[in-house]
Amino acid sequence: MSVLTIPDFNQTTPIDQIGVEERVSRLNKRSIKKESKLQALKLALSMIDHTTLEGKDSEGKVIQLCSKARLPYAPMPNLPHVAAVCVYPNMVATAKKALQGTGVKVASVATAFPSGMAQLHIKLDDTRYAVSEGADEIDMVISRGEFLKGNYTFIFDEIAAIKEACGEAHLKVILETGELETLENVRKASDIAMHAGADFIKTSTGKISPAATQPVTLVMLEAIRDFYRDTGSMVGMKPAGGIRKAKEALQYLVLVKETLGSAWLTPEWFRFGASSLTNDLLMQIVKQETGVYQSINYFSND
Amino acid sequence: MADRIEVLKTYKTYVGGKFPRSESDRTYQIKDGKGKHIANACRCSRKDVRDAVVTARSAFGGWSSRSAYNRGQVLYRIAEMLEGRKDQFLRELQLAGIKEKDAKHEVHTAIDRVIYFAGWTDKISQVFGTVNPVASAHFNFSSPDATGVVGIIAPEEYPLLSAISMIAPVIAGGNSCILLASETNPLPVVSFGEVLHASDVPAGVVNILTGYRSETAETISSHKDVNALFSSISDNKFRKLIDENASINVKRTEHYTPDDWYSDDHENPYLVLKFMETKTTWHPVGF
Repeated sequence: MSVLTIPDFNQTTPIDQIGVEERVSRLNKRSIKKESKLQALKLALSMIDHTTLEGKDSEGKVIQLCSKARLPYAPMPNLPHVAAVCVYPNMVATAKKALQGTGVKVASVATAFPSGMAQLHIKLDDTRYAVSEGADEIDMVISRGEFLKGNYTFIFDEIAAIKEACGEAHLKVILETGELETLENVRKASDIAMHAGADFIKTSTGKISPAATQPVTLVMLEAIRDFYRDTGSMVGMKPAGGIRKAKEALQYLVLVKETLGSAWLTPEWFRFGASSLTNDLLMQIVKQETGVYQSINYFSND
Repeated sequence: MADRIEVLKTYKTYVGGKFPRSESDRTYQIKDGKGKHIANACRCSRKDVRDAVVTARSAFGGWSSRSAYNRGQVLYRIAEMLEGRKDQFLRELQLAGIKEKDAKHEVHTAIDRVIYFAGWTDKISQVFGTVNPVASAHFNFSSPDATGVVGIIAPEEYPLLSAISMIAPVIAGGNSCILLASETNPLPVVSFGEVLHASDVPAGVVNILTGYRSETAETISSHKDVNALFSSISDNKFRKLIDENASINVKRTEHYTPDDWYSDDHENPYLVLKFMETKTTWHPVGF
């Protein structure tokens, strides 16, 4: 027997969908107020992968995004900076330069994001390019078509190859759960990704709907928990897309805390992929500090 | 049937085109002039105010960018629907102990007032817009533009007439609003929400909350996403609270405390103009 046995991915781990939804809705009723709420809001802010993934992105926009990432709200300079800025590979160098010496990481999507419909060598080149430009983290997409065909070895080998191309950079594997149809598939894709070497598993590209949902996140968190029990290695989690409100962010934090424990409640192991969440968190933080409900007009767009 | 226990209606709020209860689940008793319990109303909390502001903000864009003519049609439709459901309002006002003659007078004046402001929507910018002489080669003109989200704090007296007199000019100018209804008799105002719902007013343009001002006025007056306040409470301490909170983001504030809500003085376009901003455009003139 080898030290790490790869499970047979043709076996399906059954998921009780009703049970998952019930647990999510029970955890959503958790009330977090006052001082703990403020702490949670600041923690959530520090876990954001501040993202811009649009065809119309320019250097100017990325630089602006980076300055917000570094100092989310100028009137409160003591707030934490966000965890990372997430951009397309050709914007990595711009972001890297803008964030020099700030502690904010640069993440780049790669591997023919968002569809992943390209040959492996193109995906590898895409990845190596992003890493050579200075990306600290790579967000790759899996080939959902091959996955749904049942070609699990293909998925496994592809992730392993990209991981190798990443070198020192952390690899986040996007499952695009909105296209995986069932929670069993989400669980299976999570298991494959983790065994193939993912440092993080991530729900969605944000390009299709539904993006991140709490039931899907719970299933992935449970996969991470089981993987940790089996192998002793921690894997990070990143729900992305569709998380816009501070309240939802806090609900996600409760899911993490209750499934994986406090060890995962750091930007090192948990991230939010979002663009508009930052402002809502800031508005809630300022509300907590001043007692006055805020208006989006007083917060910068990017 | 002497032993039958009467079922008292619990009036709900009107927010975003729906009729939700207060998120706090609290209600309070509404009594008639003689102190008899006649119905229940929602006791809204600051969170209800917060939610209503979000709704009003999202409705603002669509409402303010409609053509002024169309806004006039919608206001006219409100008056038509009020006319059609007059009896309900007469009943509700009488239930609170108002004499039939007075109730009729109140409802009729309210309907006429909506008609009056319906007529102004597409005339405001012609009458109050200006072409300004300037010393450079520019065509310079100013026109009134909607302010945004307006918080309306209605008085206790003439609950229906006063509420409608305050809502009509505000929405005629293209604003969206949140109304804190009369504390002691909000019933006809909540029913007015049903009228709005049945006419063509887009969801969220008018939002009606009930409950204690001591719990809601603080939030609505300090909220930074509210652009203007329209208050009919004459109490000095209350005015001070409103003014201080309004200063946080320099809200347009109008204290409006008339002696007589029936007076024709209310029917005046300057009331619409109070909740509008002047937008001036400089347009280069070619030769």
